[in-house]
Amino acid sequence: MPQVIGVPKEIFPGEKRVATVPDVVEKLLKLGFSVIVEAGAGEAATIGDEAYRAAGATIVPDAASLWSGADIVFKVRAPSRDEVNRMKEGQTLVSFIWPAQNPDLLQQFAAKKATALAMDSVPRISRAQKLDALSSMANIGGYRAVIEAAHEFGRFFTGQITAAGKVPPAKVFIIGAGVAGLAAIGAASGLGAIVRANDTRPEVGDQIKSLGGEFVPVDYVEEGSGVGGYAKVMSEGFQKAQREVFAKQAKEVDIIITTALIPGKPAPKLITAEMVQSMKPGSVIVDMAAEQGGNCELTEPGKVTVKHGVIIIGYTDLPSRLPRQASNLYATNLWRMSEELCKAKDGQYNVNMDDEVIRGTTVVKEGVVTWPPPAPKPSTAPAAAARTPAVMPPSPAKKGHGHGGGGEPMSAGATAMLFGAAALLFVLIGVFAPAAFLGHFTVFVLACFVGYQVVWNVTPSLHTPLMSVTNAISSIIIIGALVQIAPPAIAALAGENTRPDDIIRWLAVTGIALTAVNMFGGFAVTRRMLSMFRK
Amino acid sequence: MSGSLTSVAYIGATILFILSLGGLSNPESSRRGNLYGMIGMAIAVLATVLGPRVSVGGLGWIAVALVVGGTLGLYLARTVQMTQMPELVAFMHSLVGLVAVVVGYASYIDPTASAGMSPAEESIHHVEVYLGVLIGAVTLSGSVIAFGKLSGRIGGKPLLLPARHWLNLALLIGVIVLGTMFLSAESIDRGMTLLIAMTVLALLFGVHMVMAIGGADMPVVVSMLNSYSGWAAAATGFMLSNDLLIVTGALVGSSGAILSYIMCRAMNRQFLSVIAGGFGGGTPGKAKAAGDAQPAGEVVSISAQETADLLKEANSVIIVPGYGMAVAQAQHTVYEITKYLRDKGKNVRFGIHPVAGRMPGHMNVLLAEAKVPYDIVMEMDEINADFPDTAVAMVIGANDIVNPSAQDDPTSPIAGMPVLEVWKAQTTIVMKRSMASGYAGVDNPLFYKENNRMLFGDAKKMLEDVLAALKS
Repeated sequence: MPQVIGVPKEIFPGEKRVATVPDVVEKLLKLGFSVIVEAGAGEAATIGDEAYRAAGATIVPDAASLWSGADIVFKVRAPSRDEVNRMKEGQTLVSFIWPAQNPDLLQQFAAKKATALAMDSVPRISRAQKLDALSSMANIGGYRAVIEAAHEFGRFFTGQITAAGKVPPAKVFIIGAGVAGLAAIGAASGLGAIVRANDTRPEVGDQIKSLGGEFVPVDYVEEGSGVGGYAKVMSEGFQKAQREVFAKQAKEVDIIITTALIPGKPAPKLITAEMVQSMKPGSVIVDMAAEQGGNCELTEPGKVTVKHGVIIIGYTDLPSRLPRQASNLYATNLWRMSEELCKAKDGQYNVNMDDEVIRGTTVVKEGVVTWPPPAPKPSTAPAAAARTPAVMPPSPAKKGHGHGGGGEPMSAGATAMLFGAAALLFVLIGVFAPAAFLGHFTVFVLACFVGYQVVWNVTPSLHTPLMSVTNAISSIIIIGALVQIAPPAIAALAGENTRPDDIIRWLAVTGIALTAVNMFGGFAVTRRMLSMFRK
Repeated sequence: MSGSLTSVAYIGATILFILSLGGLSNPESSRRGNLYGMIGMAIAVLATVLGPRVSVGGLGWIAVALVVGGTLGLYLARTVQMTQMPELVAFMHSLVGLVAVVVGYASYIDPTASAGMSPAEESIHHVEVYLGVLIGAVTLSGSVIAFGKLSGRIGGKPLLLPARHWLNLALLIGVIVLGTMFLSAESIDRGMTLLIAMTVLALLFGVHMVMAIGGADMPVVVSMLNSYSGWAAAATGFMLSNDLLIVTGALVGSSGAILSYIMCRAMNRQFLSVIAGGFGGGTPGKAKAAGDAQPAGEVVSISAQETADLLKEANSVIIVPGYGMAVAQAQHTVYEITKYLRDKGKNVRFGIHPVAGRMPGHMNVLLAEAKVPYDIVMEMDEINADFPDTAVAMVIGANDIVNPSAQDDPTSPIAGMPVLEVWKAQTTIVMKRSMASGYAGVDNPLFYKENNRMLFGDAKKMLEDVLAALKS
């Protein structure tokens, strides 16, 4: 008996998103689940019941039959009190829950012996990126923030020179370069504005530049990265320096978009009333942190207000204002979550608390509150940096080919011993060897060094051709056989005719024939191989 | 042609050989590099034949020998399968060794070679002959055994005689004793007998050395023999007082030595311990010790159809080929799959471990043969950082080079060996014939990882099924 996923209509006023879309319904069915959708659930996102039915979902007439018929309920917004009352005992809910802000809700779930997975609590590790609904929504929010700003702003974004006069480009300042901030940077520069952005984490500077923005640093040394890639609260000194930067920007720019959030804390107040006052009339502020109290002192959550001639947008439903896109991405996040929950693809989900991702997301498990999860490992950069050198120390030095030496330099002791041994060897050779030998020896030693330098430059992908070509070249030994086969008559001149000509000739002919195999074969096969390497 | 002209021609040939190796620094210039090598060789041979040390009477012999050998060589080069390249290379090394021995013999019994030398020079000449024959003989028998192992005529397991280090030492002492007797030999006949006796010892040494080395260490052995064949040519050069031979021999010798070093580093092993032998498969005790940390979890196998589904959904794929791909001759199917996925706009790349296969660069050649463009074939260091952003890492017939215990388990026999970090990809698919361990005899925790799927069966057949499923 496959378990049933239920998707109700969102009842929060103004919420237009829906927790699944027809494309994703098909994928959920492939995992073995069956899917029921409340009639009209997708209406606000312009998805008709018919589309769901065509994808294989069953449409149920009302919320009551949906909640009673489903084993797992997928939602967007955290459930209201009515919705919680509709929950069955032991039911599983996957939605945004905001456990830190809604501790009562967790108690209500616990009372229902329910299991609840909070899509806002997905751990920030690379494996979980595909189910990170916060990022998906932040991305949409950032884009929509720019669109809202453009809507309220009385001018073009892009600079133009027209017959009717010159239009300067709009200047946009974006505070916070997280997912939302970066999306806003991309959207604003796409519209042709001059984009500047600031973040407490200096390492995001390159990301800002890559999207066409200009990084405005705060001239104060403090590391702003907290656990899991989020920002943290900064020191008083930093905040002062930061305010100076913002005050300066406020005077220059036309649009400010703020995205500064710190997990579990009210949004930092970054734009003061004075700064708003200093802005040009007709400027726009979009406060994406309005729901958490706002980054601007004058923001009124959920409303557009005009203060000191500046339009302040405090919408708290930016992702919902792009309902179709938001539903699509959120539904995909939920499907990825279902994959994690149902690895066997047999339509039976398993809330495996040993799995780091599922552990972090689960806030109530079968009536027991499991929030907050154990502290996440301080993942990514520091751990990797600490481990990598331990396992393979030479790795920074070896960039494949093109380096002149063999890894790191040797220790002083080893080097001294090597040089000592070489010096001794050279002294011995110098004392005993005749002059003729030394000439050849010089050539030999120098050739070894030339070979060393040349071969380190050979790219590793050509090592096999290198071997076959050196093989072919080493058939130069043929010269040894060639000079033996029929030397001019020095011996006869010297009067000793004891040279066993026949034996030597046969040995030499054998030698020539064998090296010829090598010479022709080696070059030919190298040629054959090299002609296969193509772009 | 005068002696000076010959010398100048030799200098030209030397430069061309150096340029030839230099050309291999990237695939664009490599074809020209090979051409330089051919021209250099032609110049060297012509200058010698036309030079003062070869009389007209020998030309006929030389021509016949060149035609016979050259025809055979070209035939081999045409017909060899790319998967058999290691065998061909080993075979050719053995020829160089054999020629070094033959030339050494001929030089010893040729009184003109040492005519007019002072006694000191003559004994140096004899030392050179002795060394040339010694290195040549070791190269010869070692390469023959390596050829046998690579072509499967001799088992891949190392042959470990009891007291093998003592045996090697005894052979070495024997060679030195024979050498001192050889230097003080009064007649050429007696000297020749000693020289042949030494050759036998050297041949035994070569056989014994390579027999003791396991299949997975073959890349080191092949490049080491490459190096030896160069030193043999250099020794012959000293013997004949010929600078061209010395330079070329030194170039080839150091090239092989560097390759051996790179291969050893890629396995995190000491050169000496590879040569001392006994690694690949002969260490059940060590493998047991590693077995204490028996990897937890279970092996999840998937079908070709599911593999195709995974590949269809992935937007970035890294393929890690190993010796198993060469054995199954699956490189062409791999290319078909790559082409299909790339046509769909997916980012498909290859990650090559330095010791994947049986000789340095083996995988690159196979992929090139299958028309995989070389700019998507990456080295380990280039691609390791990209695994975390990769949807599917597909391992085809490789084992030890993707073993996470090299990093995680300090007690593992392969601890510290650099490996391709495939397990960091979202999903890994390992294609293998069975659950048997690799050449190092170490269990692979990768197979038990949660994001790993096993696709059992012959690599070629399974890949063909995957391709069919992709296209359906």
